[in-house]
Amino acid sequence: MTKTAKTKELDKDTQKKLLQLNDFIAGSKVLKDKQSLLMGVLHQTQTLFGYIPATAMDFISHKLGVPSAHIYGMATFYNYFQLTPKARYQIYLCKGTACYVAGGARVLDKLKEELRIGVDEVTADGLFGINITRCLGCCGLSPVMQVNDDIYVRLVPEKVPAILAKYRRLGQPKKKAKATAVAVGGFEQPGK
Amino acid sequence: MNKQINLRIDNINVTVPEGQTVMQAADSVGIHIPRLCFHPKLSAMTACRVCVVEIAGRRNLPTACNTEVSEGMEVKTNSAVVRRARRDIVELILDNHPRDCQICERNNNCELQELAVVFNLDKLAYEGERKKYAIDDSSPSIKRNPEKCLLCGKCVRVCSEIQGVNALSYAHRGFRTTVTPAFGLNQQESVCINCGQCTLFCPTAALTERDVTEQVWANLQDPEKTAVVQVAPAVRVAIGEGFGLEPGRDMTAETVTALRRLGFKVVFDTQFSADLTIMEEAHELIQRITKKGKLPMFTSCSPGWVKYCEHFHPEFLENISTCKSPQQMMGALIKTYYAKKTGLDPAKIYSVSVMPCTAKKFEAGRTEMNASGYQDVDAVLTTRELVKMIKQAGIKFTELKGSSFDEPLGESTGAAPIFGVTGGVMEAALRTAYESLTGTSLPNLDFTSVRGLAGIKEAGVEINGTQVKVAIVYGLANLHKLLTEIKEGKRSYHFVEVMTCPGGCIGGGGQPYPKGVTEPMDFAVYQKRAQGLYAIDANKQIRKSHENPQIKKVYDEFLGHPGGETAHKLLHTHYHPRTPKGIASKVKDTVNIG
Repeated sequence: MTKTAKTKELDKDTQKKLLQLNDFIAGSKVLKDKQSLLMGVLHQTQTLFGYIPATAMDFISHKLGVPSAHIYGMATFYNYFQLTPKARYQIYLCKGTACYVAGGARVLDKLKEELRIGVDEVTADGLFGINITRCLGCCGLSPVMQVNDDIYVRLVPEKVPAILAKYRRLGQPKKKAKATAVAVGGFEQPGK
Repeated sequence: MNKQINLRIDNINVTVPEGQTVMQAADSVGIHIPRLCFHPKLSAMTACRVCVVEIAGRRNLPTACNTEVSEGMEVKTNSAVVRRARRDIVELILDNHPRDCQICERNNNCELQELAVVFNLDKLAYEGERKKYAIDDSSPSIKRNPEKCLLCGKCVRVCSEIQGVNALSYAHRGFRTTVTPAFGLNQQESVCINCGQCTLFCPTAALTERDVTEQVWANLQDPEKTAVVQVAPAVRVAIGEGFGLEPGRDMTAETVTALRRLGFKVVFDTQFSADLTIMEEAHELIQRITKKGKLPMFTSCSPGWVKYCEHFHPEFLENISTCKSPQQMMGALIKTYYAKKTGLDPAKIYSVSVMPCTAKKFEAGRTEMNASGYQDVDAVLTTRELVKMIKQAGIKFTELKGSSFDEPLGESTGAAPIFGVTGGVMEAALRTAYESLTGTSLPNLDFTSVRGLAGIKEAGVEINGTQVKVAIVYGLANLHKLLTEIKEGKRSYHFVEVMTCPGGCIGGGGQPYPKGVTEPMDFAVYQKRAQGLYAIDANKQIRKSHENPQIKKVYDEFLGHPGGETAHKLLHTHYHPRTPKGIASKVKDTVNIG
């Protein structure tokens, strides 16, 4: 019954990022109270880690004095925040009206076929993830797709393999993320 | 500040102080506006919208719980528009709620069900998607069924604003919104301290205790086992409510008879071990004061507080009395002293306790609690579970002829029943510590300065020329405030009594659910339960723990002396820091009942 959570060593990468997060918190201007920094700190966490791991939420909880249940509540409320690791190259395919009419769906089918994953999934090597987005603001160039910060326009399914090949060349497969990580309070990351 | 506001509610002229809400104003003239998410001791959240009213000049229907009164306001709480809106709101809540009332723990005592009946919901017009979640029964104390959750948020707020624990919070959004511990983990892996206040505040059966009645039945009917039971003080003044009696009525004798009829061979009284706790705790306090030990000393009877200390304030663990709680002292004695005395094999004793408390279920399963070589207490029933068992057995509880507890662990003094109410442990300890230190008889046994239902109380008692400073606190948000101020040097005490639940055990998370328009933390109900316990104390011949003849006998025959070797082995323990480390929430003002 009196189970004590196993405290595992944090991997170096996580430690480094938590230190950076610590610096970010220390350097933030406190206007009303520390708690009000939470939103900005969550944004920074996602920038640093690519997603918001439980380890980081636990860390923030102790730094800002906000109960972890409430941080989890906020992180799950906003669509922008991701709680599971993201792919190295995030593909955002537009399914807004213009892109859809111009054949966006066929591009999506090609992506799924090439990567053998569905929407909101990540390839086994952690390289690609497919997301659907609504309107990237350049409907005149539809169908449109964004890969990280690069925009691809006037797409046809035939263009897809070359685009993916480019990123395969660029990206070394990411080292497999450690399955569990534990921080200050000893929370284990939910197994996903 | 005390400006009076005049308004009209349903054509009744009402005058209330500025700053009150429409709901409060309506309450003051006998209009109960229906509500699900509102509780007077919690912040208003307007989550359920059942309390909508019509206000002249307003385009929409505002919620009465958070709309402040204004001069000349015209409110209608029972117009056709309002009734229709409330009915629709209740219907929409029901559309996303399991239709299993007949097999639900809260059947006939469910706020949602009651509203459905009151608003004449005879059909449900919409059939849509319904939320699907797994039941979380990871905790030995609390069962969470998110499918029955209305998202009223009372559990989230009581956990945060009264207990300062914040084990629960809303997560996700829209249709997928749910109430959950951090990171979607289960209750057992969270900082939940098992107090069960959420089960009292929950309007439905989304949060209930972990029921063990089936397990207890099985063991009661096992011919190999000898079932022994103990009953806590606060149970006897609340159990009657489960059978329609007034709160506070002393049902000790009836409870003993009922337990025998259920099949318990031996019925002991936790009040005996409450007296024993006082012997050990008073001795420890005197030791700490005279030998300059760690002060203040905190009481250790309330298992919610102990787990809270492990998660949130491990720096105070050394300050907690090493005495086990009365439940665990009794458990240890049953499987050692009593087993030896009667020649029973402790392995074949099935030891049950009846408690007003859900956290006691967790406490019984702690690894520290097997001084006898076995799990000292095998199962813990809440007051509610015992009511259920008595009803299952068809026992006409209110008509029972009373009987008394068994020897040798059944006798208690007036110092023991008051353990069940905030301030009671302190008063009982002071009676014994005073006489032990001064060697003189106390002229007046009633320490009225430590009584009452306030959230934080302070008193000074002069013993042998020394001013002994004590504090009494309930509600862990109140406690967090007190601990913070102790650390800052703003407060200092010798002895602090901590009760997790508002009012002490009388307001425990395992007590009967509030019924009708009464609420958890209802002053009138808690006051009656407290008076019930003080009456038991006043009517006892012996009112000081150290004068209990059975206690003297147990020390002579078995335990030696308070703080002695055997006593230490069986009746004392230590606690350790626990992960995850919690962040307590602060309260500005002390939370009081009433």
